Amino acid sequence: MRKEGAAKVCGTARYIDDITLPGMLHGATVRSSIARGRIKKITFDPAIPWGEFTIVTAADIPGANCIALIQNDWPCLAAEVVNHPEEPIVLLAHADKHRLAEAVAAVRVEYEPLPSVHSIAESERKDAAVWGEDNVLKSYLMEKGDVDAVWAGADFIVEGEYETGAQEHLYIENNGVIAEYSDAAGLTIYGSMQCPFYVHKSLVKLMALPEDKVRVVQVETGGAFGGKEDYPSMIAAHAALLVRKAGRPVKIVYDRAEDMAATTKRHPSRTRHRTAVTKDGKLLGAEIDLVLDGGAYSTLSSTVLSRATIHAGGCYFWPNLRVRSRALATNSPPHGAFRGFGAPQSLFAIERHMDRVAAAVGLAPEELRRRNFLRPGLTTSTGQVIPEGVDLEHLLARAMELSGYKEKRQRFARENERRALKKGIGLAAFLHGAGFTGSGERRMGSVAAMDATADGMLRVLVSSTEFGQGTNTILCQIAAETLGVDYGVVQMGPADTSVVPNSGPTVASRTAMVVGRLVESAAKEMRHVLTEAGLIGEQYSTEEFQRAASMYVGKHGQLRTEGHYEAPPNVFWDDELYRGEAYGAYAWAVYVAEVTVDTVDYRVAVDDFVAVQEVGRVINPVLATGQVEGGVAQAVGYALYEKVVWQKGRMANNQMTNYIIATSQDIPPIRVYFEEVPYKYGAYGAKGIGELPMDGPAPAIVNAVSHATSADFCAVPLLPEDVMTKLAQVKSQVVEVVGA
Amino acid sequence: MSLQRIVMTVNGVERTVDAHPMERLLDVLREKLGLTGTKEGCGEGECGACSVLMDGSLVNSCLIPVAQAAHAQIVTIEGLGSPEKLDPVQEAFLHCGGSQCGMCTPGMIMAAKCLLMHNVKPSREEIREGLGGNLCRCTGYMRIFEAVEAAARKQESEAAR
Ligand code: FES
Ligand code: FES
Repeated sequence: MRKEGAAKVCGTARYIDDITLPGMLHGATVRSSIARGRIKKITFDPAIPWGEFTIVTAADIPGANCIALIQNDWPCLAAEVVNHPEEPIVLLAHADKHRLAEAVAAVRVEYEPLPSVHSIAESERKDAAVWGEDNVLKSYLMEKGDVDAVWAGADFIVEGEYETGAQEHLYIENNGVIAEYSDAAGLTIYGSMQCPFYVHKSLVKLMALPEDKVRVVQVETGGAFGGKEDYPSMIAAHAALLVRKAGRPVKIVYDRAEDMAATTKRHPSRTRHRTAVTKDGKLLGAEIDLVLDGGAYSTLSSTVLSRATIHAGGCYFWPNLRVRSRALATNSPPHGAFRGFGAPQSLFAIERHMDRVAAAVGLAPEELRRRNFLRPGLTTSTGQVIPEGVDLEHLLARAMELSGYKEKRQRFARENERRALKKGIGLAAFLHGAGFTGSGERRMGSVAAMDATADGMLRVLVSSTEFGQGTNTILCQIAAETLGVDYGVVQMGPADTSVVPNSGPTVASRTAMVVGRLVESAAKEMRHVLTEAGLIGEQYSTEEFQRAASMYVGKHGQLRTEGHYEAPPNVFWDDELYRGEAYGAYAWAVYVAEVTVDTVDYRVAVDDFVAVQEVGRVINPVLATGQVEGGVAQAVGYALYEKVVWQKGRMANNQMTNYIIATSQDIPPIRVYFEEVPYKYGAYGAKGIGELPMDGPAPAIVNAVSHATSADFCAVPLLPEDVMTKLAQVKSQVVEVVGA
Repeated sequence: MSLQRIVMTVNGVERTVDAHPMERLLDVLREKLGLTGTKEGCGEGECGACSVLMDGSLVNSCLIPVAQAAHAQIVTIEGLGSPEKLDPVQEAFLHCGGSQCGMCTPGMIMAAKCLLMHNVKPSREEIREGLGGNLCRCTGYMRIFEAVEAAARKQESEAAR
């Protein structure tokens, strides 16, 4: 059962906005109203009693004015120029939070506007150079075989262009932090976040403080999905600056409108495919050109692009492949991490494209896929050899059977002729690399620890955070199983940088697989220490183990053991050429969506959804199923409802009223199935699971809509107006043919 | 606007607060009465994170001016059960995996509670509709539906005893 579950269902779990410190002030942010420009003047309307407020500008930053991530180009507060709407410029704090809105509006910023770009196309054309000389935040070239040689021998060459939109995380809890400061203890940040050590690293630089004078504590976090990977460093920085100036604790909690307008989203994308295929459906090679819109600063774009690039070829064997990819700057708030991290974008493109390649060749979509699946012994786009046990064909067969795919595919096509409600069924096959890309895990060198308290309570000490996905439960389960004790006596230590070692950020579906493994070795070590000390034998009860641990603590002062990251043997990764073991392991899946398209109001409803996946061993079936269902629901929204409306780089529909996510009434039955093939180097055979379910639904749904309507849809979100426009085009094309 | 003395019954206890009549019931509960179990997700009546029972109906407390709650019977998540003694609906959410990040959970449980008060054996369709005003970004709703069904079964078997 979920560790912190009882507190959550009783409303006693304490999230950041539930916490009040004595003497605490509330902070607010003055943000840019334009997309790009030079700051000429900042004036404070004399109608406001400014003496009551704490005011912070870039000039108050003691250290470097940046949020440290990969390239350090992201300012904490704009000083001379702004590069996107909603960029923070001035911070205010006051004891009465109701006084802040008026004060924020009374700070006037005058700008000298500069030209800006607002789409991939505009950035690519360099309508204005808004980042570096060419707007390119990052680019990769990934090659396998010799693509230039394949075109001559191809029976068909199939081209396509695919687009995906931005997506808002819409965690139900908005971003928020509280900062406090004392000379003795230094700076402490409490907040809603995924990665306490990211925040720590960033604050050390910004505040010019020694590492041990910055402490970051994650409190109960109400959803994240990647959206609390980078931005919490920004809010924490703001609160830190205010607390230093005010000398009193400061809370900053965004409201929904601010959170939606100012914080990160999923990168919009455009992908072009050119594929060479034989008449019996063998893929000879492909050229893929992939572009992500990174927003105004580079933040995490290079790593999102990297994952998008590696996943661009999907789960197929390509003897020859060239992927060119770029992340381009535009003048919107930076796009960031979101569940899937680039893979949903490039997998949408390849999985939609595969249906079109199949149609060109004259094969059923599943048959074309089947003939080209990656199999044990074959190599991925990066040259990684597929291990034994991977069996996509089996996943495909199972998904088709569970969904009644074959029969429905034929019957719907037959029945649709006479119906205004057109039904369709479509599928997507895909993979998701678990853990950091390439050498990331080796560079990170994560550590997990376990300790025991004097009364024999056993604690897992990691910086991995719980934000709904089940970290606490899974890691305690792994520890309990390894120690051979009851789950109830294992607790999570606080996610507090002054207490726990750095087990890395809570991202990339790495927690169960990588950190779980470290917890497993820390637990083994604890058992070993107690055995060596002669305090336990081969067999023991939970109580005996606890007694032994507490005796050890009594005698030695503490019992603390660690697990250190060790790379699986024989892995190699070339960061320049993008060759080698891109990921420790891949998770595999085949998803099937069944839809109804109403040709009167053009609404699309998802009627049934089957998700079959192989994610290694499933440690906790209830949590794993919940992860898949939640991911599918987010992806249904990504495919059909969630549209960010941009106006000159600003999200215009920054309200839940007009940014629509799936409700309980929109969600189809989501039927989840696991095939278990244990992964040798993951904790108890686990691979990553959190992000996989975000990848497949959008292409499966759009393939189903295309099946229902016999029209080719190549972009998400697919809103009723998009369906209408396309179907009107198809109709007029038909009229032309008849007329000709 | 001046402060007004407002009396209401919250979780069975009569409470008196001095508040601006237009202050949101949500803020009064959270800030004046310390009942932080009720959450804010949107502040505009869309997400249901702030759902409470007011005189037996489900309301979004972010949309209710506190003056309107004068003399009303309010039930919040704190009024159901405690970690030591869970309400059947809370227990079902815990066992079925109906709560992930937990932010929608208090509101969702109040919505489920309200549904089950009016309909002891709701169908899947009725559950989908009954929870239609409560958004959850984490679970995809399946485990929540199962939790409501489990709670209904439990209530039924307890009533039969
Ligand atoms: S906070 Fe009241 S409905 Fe969202
Ligand atoms: S559990 Fe996170 S929003 Fe529902």
